[in-house]
Amino acid sequence: MADKVLMKGNEVIAEAAMQAGCKLFFGYPITPQTEISAYMAKRMPKIGGTFLQAESEVAAINMVYGAAGAGARVMTSSSSPGISLKSEGISYIAGSDLPCVIVNIVRGGPGLGGIQPAQSDYFQAVKGGGHGDYHMIVLAPSSIQELADITQDAFDIADQYRMPVMIMGDGMLGQMMEPVSFSNRKGRELPEKTWAACGTEGKRKHNIINSLYIEAEDLEKLVVARYEKYKEIEKNEVKWESYMTDDAEIIIAAYGTIARVAKTAIATLRKNGVRVGLIRPITLWPFPAQAFADAAEKADGFLTVEMSMGQMVEDVRLAVNGKKPVSFFGRTGGVIPTPDEICEAVMAMKEAK
Amino acid sequence: MTKVFERPKALCDVELHYCPGCTHGIIHRLVAEVIDELGIEGQTVGVASVGCSVFSYNYFACDMEQAAHGRAPAVATGIKRALPERVVFTYQGDGDLAAIGTAETVHAASRGENITVIFVNNAIYGMTGGQMAPTTLEGQITQTTPYGRDVKKQGHPVRVCELLSQTGGAAYLARTAVDTVPNIKKTKAAIKKAFEYQLAGKGFSLVEVLSTCPTNWGLSPQEALQWLRDNMMPFYPLGVYKDIEEGKGNEK
Repeated sequence: MADKVLMKGNEVIAEAAMQAGCKLFFGYPITPQTEISAYMAKRMPKIGGTFLQAESEVAAINMVYGAAGAGARVMTSSSSPGISLKSEGISYIAGSDLPCVIVNIVRGGPGLGGIQPAQSDYFQAVKGGGHGDYHMIVLAPSSIQELADITQDAFDIADQYRMPVMIMGDGMLGQMMEPVSFSNRKGRELPEKTWAACGTEGKRKHNIINSLYIEAEDLEKLVVARYEKYKEIEKNEVKWESYMTDDAEIIIAAYGTIARVAKTAIATLRKNGVRVGLIRPITLWPFPAQAFADAAEKADGFLTVEMSMGQMVEDVRLAVNGKKPVSFFGRTGGVIPTPDEICEAVMAMKEAK
Repeated sequence: MTKVFERPKALCDVELHYCPGCTHGIIHRLVAEVIDELGIEGQTVGVASVGCSVFSYNYFACDMEQAAHGRAPAVATGIKRALPERVVFTYQGDGDLAAIGTAETVHAASRGENITVIFVNNAIYGMTGGQMAPTTLEGQITQTTPYGRDVKKQGHPVRVCELLSQTGGAAYLARTAVDTVPNIKKTKAAIKKAFEYQLAGKGFSLVEVLSTCPTNWGLSPQEALQWLRDNMMPFYPLGVYKDIEEGKGNEK
């Protein structure tokens, strides 16, 4: 097993990406993710890679588009307002079937918002953000080790399905330090990028990276085929953690940072004889809907806890499909719910029964 | 019998969609002839932009990427940084390059990004039906300046070569036209030089080609060429604005 080192979340993302073979990073400064750029700026030249600070988030994501279209492993990172700016480019990337990794270290919004940890970009990440019918695979790690593993996998997943993958964290995950090891993981078997615009060498017809289809029927055919691919992803790539759910009467739904807080609350509640568990989605898209549907057969109810006014709760409600009550508790604007507040929300739900 | 004229190999054998009398076809041909003469088709990746030339990815025989509106220099930067040995060019119109894409243009030039930009300036948004462009001349009537461009209200036209000549990273900047055979020949020479500078790793190169839009100008092709000479050339003088090899544009 590889040695463990103590590292900050943002730096782990950068290190894991480089270890996964990412040779190009295009960034633009924004709090609270700037350590990713700083780490890349220091390390990339040493491994023969490229770190480039773009003139804007808009330019950075289009540099990602260009490099991904040329067949390279490429990443960009930003935080909420910057992701809004990148959303046009993400739509083009999805519409051109290009693989890349985009990191969103989410902060409070809307507008310039704040710089404290938040989860209020869930809708933007899983329901679109950019224009058109498309999905991104959205991964939500909850510890520094998981951040390392997920970042490395993200590149393989992107290449396997030829689509953008987003890693969603927040300032808490980005700034905190935990021991981490970078395993010599076995990568996936990946197809060759025969579609890349990297020069024909006079050996083949030209490759075109493009999302423009003037004939409505052509565009429809392409989008429908892309949705067939999404179905495969929903079958193969859904990931979640079930924690103390077997005997749980109430199941908390939470991801990322707040799932850690929820676990502390669960420990307290269990000490007091309240049987509470947690389902922690690791993939936000594809959403672990079946896990919630199955749990709805046994549990009495669900409490979704988010660092937002309630976004993922809509997907939990769709998955539970009215079988059991689904409540919500959240703080927003960069305020993190405390374990006590979560305990109170669980007790209130229990009493309301 | 010897063949004296043929389609350049770097142009695909497809029908172009341009309006009759439009000079995009000439400029496409010149770029393709240069690619052929330099023998770089297999090593070149082109970037198409949004506007009349959006379908240029179907016309050039080299690998192509289509960029979002204004973002072609950023996309080209991504390609060039991923594949530094490849020749990378963008083909952009005036709305794309000098309005929505101004930041990408100025910063690619400032970084000395080793790419070549073919900039087609016809003083109007063609694809969307003839609206005011950043290069629309004072007094020029367009769909969105029906009383003529009033610089007090709609601002002044942007001179791209002059603007970029102030950037440190630009190696070669030239403005040419395709209104006459001698000017077409000069345009080709400028495009060739721009590609050669990239091949030699000298930095950012851009050729601004004054072009016509008979359809949206409401003129016959012949009248349009005359309009270009009478109106565009005085405001957009032809010439070399920067050439680091000739010391041009480096004067302090």
